[in-house]
Amino acid sequence: MLKQKLFNFLKDTNMILVLAEQINGSFKKKTFEALQYAASIAQHNNDKVAALVLGSAQQDAMQELGAYGAQEVLHVNNAKFDAFSAKAFAKAMQQVATTQNATILIAPHDVCGKAVAPRVAALMQAGMVAGAIAHPTYNNGFEVKKSVFSGKAFTTIAITSPVKVITLVPNTFSVTKGEGLAAIQNVEVTINDADFATLVNSVEKVTGTIPLGEAELVVSGGRGMKGPENWHLIEDLAKVMGAATACSRPVADSHWRPHHEHVGQTGGTIRPNLYIAIGISGAIQHLAGVNSSKTIVVINKDPEAPFFKAADYGIVGDALEVLPKLKVAMEKFKAAN
Amino acid sequence: MKILVCIAQVPDTTSKIAFTDNNTAFATEGLTMIINPYDEWYALVRALELKETGKATAVHLITVGKSDVEPVIRKALALGGDEAIRIDVDSNDPLVVAQEIAAYAKAQSYDLVLCGKESIDYNNGVVGAMLAALLDTEYVGFATKLDVEGNTASLVREIEGGEEHISCNLPLVVSCQKGMAEQRIPNMRGIMAARTKPLAVVSGTGAQAQSKIVAYEMPATKTGVKMIDADNMDQLVQLLHAEAKVI
Repeated sequence: MLKQKLFNFLKDTNMILVLAEQINGSFKKKTFEALQYAASIAQHNNDKVAALVLGSAQQDAMQELGAYGAQEVLHVNNAKFDAFSAKAFAKAMQQVATTQNATILIAPHDVCGKAVAPRVAALMQAGMVAGAIAHPTYNNGFEVKKSVFSGKAFTTIAITSPVKVITLVPNTFSVTKGEGLAAIQNVEVTINDADFATLVNSVEKVTGTIPLGEAELVVSGGRGMKGPENWHLIEDLAKVMGAATACSRPVADSHWRPHHEHVGQTGGTIRPNLYIAIGISGAIQHLAGVNSSKTIVVINKDPEAPFFKAADYGIVGDALEVLPKLKVAMEKFKAAN
Repeated sequence: MKILVCIAQVPDTTSKIAFTDNNTAFATEGLTMIINPYDEWYALVRALELKETGKATAVHLITVGKSDVEPVIRKALALGGDEAIRIDVDSNDPLVVAQEIAAYAKAQSYDLVLCGKESIDYNNGVVGAMLAALLDTEYVGFATKLDVEGNTASLVREIEGGEEHISCNLPLVVSCQKGMAEQRIPNMRGIMAARTKPLAVVSGTGAQAQSKIVAYEMPATKTGVKMIDADNMDQLVQLLHAEAKVI
């Protein structure tokens, strides 16, 4: 059985190539998600899954990608790639995809993937689905579902080109760590200095907080918080829960909170397991950005707030009074579990 | 410095979304169409600011669509911009859109191409990056600041968990988001001027679609909200743990 599988690989397998991005020197959950997504396609198509690592990387971290479905790691061991350049990354991925005969290219739908994957798609004349939320279906070709109109609807897109590019919305696909180590193969790409046109002058990291796009739990505040001076209540609850913080558009527009926390149609679209909306009425534009959340809790003093219609659990009450009580209840729960 | 701003037409953010033809087509009837907010508030306004400060010599607007997008491109011209180009192609495939814009832009040698971080209808956010590939320039996505001195652009872009201050030589494609500029309201003079600004209609190059939309669906509706007393947060926490299984 295993022999047969191996034989098939050697015979005429195609490759599924996953862009394995490192953040602060390690691979993140969204890369594991992408590898397992690739592995499930591989099972259907009898393909081989390879992770593409660009730049300096730890051997053991690369080998460990095998536990998530990578049979091999193609490592471009060139320190120039330690700084991000969309142009250089895309050229490298295209070259590796071409020489390795990769027909499906996958990346997380994050800052890096969103810059690199479409670029590779354009270089390879490949159809693309940006922000997939489901595994492909094969009944009528190769079809992938994604969310559109900022979460108000879904659409199924058929990719008709020989090479297919997919980016995956982080936090959408489950990850289970398996066993096995990936074989590391060093690969070379032809790249010149002009392809690294971006010069990074400085980096400001928001420390101590959980990136919103990857967060499984999100605590979000709106105008019902009455002012930035009350935001410690949101932050305190988020800290107890290990949640990220977010806000509605009026809050970001009033500069109560930084704009990267703004979720909604014109802000970020998120789909955490739990979204707690505090003092947010639930305008259609806000719902668009959050209504794919698995569970929604709405706390609002107005029992007629439209958000309650989209909620799983609702609490009618003043944000500033309910928040401390919820925090105490969460602390009790955390202590007991 | 010549700037090209990519403009997409999208349904107004308050639109109720519906589908026709057995859920294979998007129902546009009765919808108010607007300029994609990211294109308008950030890409276009920043381009206009660069022209007002004397750094840009020309700001051109480009859109890909049939004649029904003209009212929206006129609205964009009312905010500013010297002329507009409409490529007479109707496609949902972002690669087609990028290829058509690239084919036009190549001949015009723009120094800077600006677009919004994504359109709020299909939420792809890929045209800018594709365009950069086809024009063989660097691409900076999710920029919150952009300035230009001579041949060098200085930018701030969002990265995972923070932001990066970078510089990059022109030509360059940038996708813009909040922070880049402030929304403007067109004034009467702008609206009048927009009527007579050049709007060139260009035929497409026949770029082939590599993907197509086969179906739409609405999300499952919530079965109903469970109300919990504000004094019983322990119950909420228990439900989140035992029923929703999210904590």
